[in-house]
Amino acid sequence: MNSAEILLILPELTLTIGGLILLMVAAFAGDRVAELTNAFAAMVLALALGLLLQGHVAAGPIFSGSIRIDAFANFAKILIYGAAIISLLLAPRFFAREGYRSEYPILILFAALGMSIMVSAHDLMTLYVGLELNSLAAYVLASMSRNDSRAAEAGLKYFVLGALASGILLFGMSLIYGFTGSTNFSGIALGFAGAGKLGVLVGVIFVLTGLGFKVSAVPFHMWTPDVYEGAPTPVTAFFASAPKVASVALLVRVCIEAFGGAMADWQQIIAFLSMASMLWGAFGAIGQRNIKRLLAYSSIANVGFMLMGLASGSAAGIAAVLSYLLVYVVMTLGSFLAVLQMRKADGEMVEDIAALGGLWRQRPALALALAIFMFSLAGIPPLFGFWPKLLVFSAAIGVGLIPLAVVGAIASVIGAFYYLRVIKVMLFDPPSGVEFPVSGGWMERGVMGLAAAYVSIFGFVLVGPLAHATHHAASALL
Amino acid sequence: MLGNFPMLSTLIALPALGALACLFLGDRAARWTALVTTLATFALGCVMWARFDVAGPVWQFVERAPIVGQFYWAMGIDGISLMLIMLSVFLMPICIGASWNSITERVGLYMASFLFMEALMIGVFAAQDLILFYIFFEAGLIPMYLIIGIWGGANRIYASYKFFLYTLLGSVLMLVAMIWMIYAAGTADIPTLMHSDFPVAAQRWLWLAFFASFAVKMPMWPVHTWLPDAHVQAPTAGSVILAGVLLKMGGYGFLRFSIPMFPDASADFMWLIFALSAVAVIYTSLVALVQSDMKKLIAYSSVAHMAIVTAGLFAFNQQGIEGALIVMLSHGLVSGALFLCVGVIYDRLHTREIARYGGLSNNMPGYALLFLFFTMASIGLPATSGFVGEFLSLIGIYEASSWVAFLCATGIILGAGYMLWLYRRIAFGSAAGEDTLSMRDLSLREWLLLTPIAAVVLWMGVYPEPFLAPMRRDATAIAARMANAKPAGDAHYRAASSRPTPSSHEAAPGSAH
Repeated sequence: MNSAEILLILPELTLTIGGLILLMVAAFAGDRVAELTNAFAAMVLALALGLLLQGHVAAGPIFSGSIRIDAFANFAKILIYGAAIISLLLAPRFFAREGYRSEYPILILFAALGMSIMVSAHDLMTLYVGLELNSLAAYVLASMSRNDSRAAEAGLKYFVLGALASGILLFGMSLIYGFTGSTNFSGIALGFAGAGKLGVLVGVIFVLTGLGFKVSAVPFHMWTPDVYEGAPTPVTAFFASAPKVASVALLVRVCIEAFGGAMADWQQIIAFLSMASMLWGAFGAIGQRNIKRLLAYSSIANVGFMLMGLASGSAAGIAAVLSYLLVYVVMTLGSFLAVLQMRKADGEMVEDIAALGGLWRQRPALALALAIFMFSLAGIPPLFGFWPKLLVFSAAIGVGLIPLAVVGAIASVIGAFYYLRVIKVMLFDPPSGVEFPVSGGWMERGVMGLAAAYVSIFGFVLVGPLAHATHHAASALL
Repeated sequence: MLGNFPMLSTLIALPALGALACLFLGDRAARWTALVTTLATFALGCVMWARFDVAGPVWQFVERAPIVGQFYWAMGIDGISLMLIMLSVFLMPICIGASWNSITERVGLYMASFLFMEALMIGVFAAQDLILFYIFFEAGLIPMYLIIGIWGGANRIYASYKFFLYTLLGSVLMLVAMIWMIYAAGTADIPTLMHSDFPVAAQRWLWLAFFASFAVKMPMWPVHTWLPDAHVQAPTAGSVILAGVLLKMGGYGFLRFSIPMFPDASADFMWLIFALSAVAVIYTSLVALVQSDMKKLIAYSSVAHMAIVTAGLFAFNQQGIEGALIVMLSHGLVSGALFLCVGVIYDRLHTREIARYGGLSNNMPGYALLFLFFTMASIGLPATSGFVGEFLSLIGIYEASSWVAFLCATGIILGAGYMLWLYRRIAFGSAAGEDTLSMRDLSLREWLLLTPIAAVVLWMGVYPEPFLAPMRRDATAIAARMANAKPAGDAHYRAASSRPTPSSHEAAPGSAH
């Protein structure tokens, strides 16, 4: 360890120190300073983001091979910190009714730190520490509204299933370690050559199963709709964005860096997870009446599309996954910002899709923005949600996975049906009688507007820099 | 000439900017903005037509700017694109005029949807990059979905879903094929791909994927069922643009992609197109005969006319292709005008039931006159555009297969049957009720909408050369591309002894003019 290595993890150190200081402040000052803690936490994240944008990368693994600070990790971290900042900014207004608490910003900080470690992990142990730090923060966040039984259920369900997934993951790791003799990704990749085929394969399957839970790929997705529905909406927005980025990036890194030698094996598994997620994400959403559950199924389907990029295993595929993550985060956060504005006069949240009926008449800008997000999630050009779909299809077809691409194409048509339903309710249906008189704050409206502008036509204007950044990040892995 | 002026980008940007403006304007201002924008676009289109050099390079007004990787903002038109763009920009001001009084709700969004639609239609016909084409092609679903879903009739939601999902399913398969082609050929440039020779086995799969998209768009029997629903539920202007331009995208797709890019597969699947077209002409004409809803009747007649287009295109000879192109232009004008005619009386009586009308020639003589003219044009009476197109197509089809030509000609007779019967029930006889009798004749606005279309239909029928001239070379090129692949037609058994086959390709178009 030397000072140069310390400098490379400055963003993580910022989060750690900032989080610890705020924890102390909150412990002594209590919830009176919740808003202040929130602002400081956002500033800490912004500082970490600023440090990241300097773009310092290390040529190889640091800290005895346990961490990698490369362009891939930095790209993911930028998305994670950005999503975490937005999740912080939109929280106080939401929790105002029940009283905002200081724990929320601090937990978000620690979750972001955990995710930072996840995407930089170059060792199974680092991976697990990061994953658990994030997960433990997330379990508490899910049941943040203590008086809401749905939130308690969400937290408990998330905890039990998450613990199960962690157990499966650990079991897989122990097999991998046993058969390859290393927990380090480079060591595992080397060990693959001499190892007994079957033992390692079982290990790979268990590890992918554990990570499949974390990215909520079908058939390990069952917790997602319940947790998304039960958790407070800002927490759901957070769950759907930052941890998704972290776990998908982690899955990509594990598959490419550690299991690169067994690509033919994991490719089949990932392709299956991808197909199942795309199809089930689309079919499962059709019957949903709750907008948050609908978005949960949408996230499952989107993970399926991302896995299509990973299944190709090529640099173009990895770059496509990263592009997809960025656009997905923008669309998802935008949708949740719109959902957050579905507030009655007394501040009560409405989550029923039918309540959106005739929204166009009372809140045209909100309806238009949500319609843009829905069309974009459906992948209809010229909205920018089409672009990452095109990239993952292109990556899959480039390596000959044409059946996977065809299934994806059909799944996107099925998916279009339920996105269209939301638009239909807002624009075509008569007024539902539910009034949303409270306009969102500047944060909600401003960020939503920016997100809508990005996924409408402006994404295409910026497509050159995006392609450059994602290819640069992908080349760090391969 | 015009130097580097980006004519096509301007043509797309103008309505797109108008659409943005309309979103923020009040009702009255949105109407006028839309009208002025579409008229300006039409004027610019006329300038483009005037500047188009028939003897010049194949692709004109070319623009090419890299976006990322192999994805280019590539624009350029040949004669076929030029005429289809002209059709779009010509019909658009008429659509705006047709919605002037009948649309009273959310006018800004309505006008924005139409202007956005116009930008996308021009983009479809001008795009020279596969991905760019796909974006324009697919993006058109959004405004049309809104037009049907918000301003449509009673069953509009079902119709809008059906329209959207049907077309989307067709197009996503095409997207997969397009990506495969980009990898195989190493380029997304459409003019280059039109001369690429893909392996024959791959061609079949690619052809089927493109067929899935264009057959739905066209629409061909049996995937035509979305069209009557969409037409019946759409507002009048929506029907005009749907029949006038959107259906032409299917024919354009066959002509631009399926035939030149996959000539061997096209020849292999000629039987499929012929069979589906022959069934469609007869079947949909018979279905049209028994309709009680005017819009549905015209919608089914559209399917029949489009079947003649597909049969003409897949005859793979110059007459067939030129005829199909003229049928496309003619049908765009005539069916658009017929939907406007339906709209005129629908605005007065608010029903599309044929039985509720009658004797309109007494109280609406001006209307009866124009309606008669468009009815005759739809039947294909000489001196109207319909005759030129159908005659040329049938010559071409006859050369490829006399049986298919026989069946298609039967469809034309049936077409005369259902159109004349429709006219008789609406314009002649006695009025069905007091309200029918009290309907007023065309207003000045309605005259202004219908007479320009009538003038062009007459022009195209009497002297089609200005319309055919820009497209002739493109049609020849496609026929030449197919010369090696296409199967010999049954008409050649007798013709071969007296004259060599190729010369027959040159003779007919001249004689038809």
